Amino acid sequence: MLEIQTPEAVMFWVLAPLSVIAALGMLLVKKAVHSALLLAWIMVTLAIFYIAQDAVFLGIVQIVVYTGAVMMLFLFILMLVGVDASDSLTETISGLRPIAITAAIGFGGIFVSLIGRATLGHSAYGLKAANANGNVEGLAYKLFSDYVFPFEVISALLITAALGAMVLAHHQRSVARPTQREQSIARFRTGTIGAAAGLPSPGVFARHNAVDVPALLPDGTPAPTSISATLKARGDMLESKSFELGEVDNTVTEEK
Amino acid sequence: MNPYNYLYVAALLFTIGAVGVVVRRNAIVVFMCVELMLNAANLTLVTFARINGTLEGQVVAFFTMVVAACEVVVGLAIIVAIYRSRRSASVDDASLLKR
Repeated sequence: MLEIQTPEAVMFWVLAPLSVIAALGMLLVKKAVHSALLLAWIMVTLAIFYIAQDAVFLGIVQIVVYTGAVMMLFLFILMLVGVDASDSLTETISGLRPIAITAAIGFGGIFVSLIGRATLGHSAYGLKAANANGNVEGLAYKLFSDYVFPFEVISALLITAALGAMVLAHHQRSVARPTQREQSIARFRTGTIGAAAGLPSPGVFARHNAVDVPALLPDGTPAPTSISATLKARGDMLESKSFELGEVDNTVTEEK
Repeated sequence: MNPYNYLYVAALLFTIGAVGVVVRRNAIVVFMCVELMLNAANLTLVTFARINGTLEGQVVAFFTMVVAACEVVVGLAIIVAIYRSRRSASVDDASLLKR
């Protein structure tokens, strides 16, 4: 018979709402990085739940594998892929959102009421007896006796996944990489001669030189080619108007 | 409190993950929502292991974690491959077969 102590109940009632709120936040935040951080938090709370439920080994594995390796991989890919328009929350298929929310309320309601009504025919046993020799020892015994064949299959799956990732990430050029000479010729032969010297550098001359401020063209308009497209997509671009010189002061004061 | 409460949390997390898969457009966020659903299933397995007093559920949850790790590796490689050819990580843009 399982007795749940007060500390576990307190832990549950604090962390369970927090994890559900973080999951809702994952759907509502705009940037993918914030979603990743919220997911990392959910995984940490789940690890605490596992440890509280006498699954010490799985709790540690959850932190090492999920919040450590998997979330790090997600952040790496976010870094590679960068930001683009798909981060926005506007719905592209009309009517999808209300349908999804209605279906989710129905599905979740059925799920929760099902759990509420179902009975196992016995009260919860708890893992005192199963973990008598320690959780890791118990799991290892099961893994290497009853489940040794699935364990071997899983190892084959891991190797296949590693190979598959290598094949998918491998990138073969269909045309040869242009040499420096070819690039230089192309710069002069195509487009305007103005672009031959390279793109303008960011910053407004003499007033500001940060990379997020477009340079001013001779006619006073900001040059969009002078800043990185990523900064533009992220919306981290400053207005160059405020750094413009209003009036050039020509008076020379002599200092002696 | 009884251990069944963990099952309610798992059900809610699973449902929220499913909504995320349908609603979000960024392929990486969609993928993270799939991970959330897998984690919710794992919590159910661990909770049932505790309720039934055997370690079988934990063994299966362990296998699920390994499968999830494999899935992340291959899935992210696919996302990077698509991003390379289409310059977009939006799931709505990858509809070549439609046209």
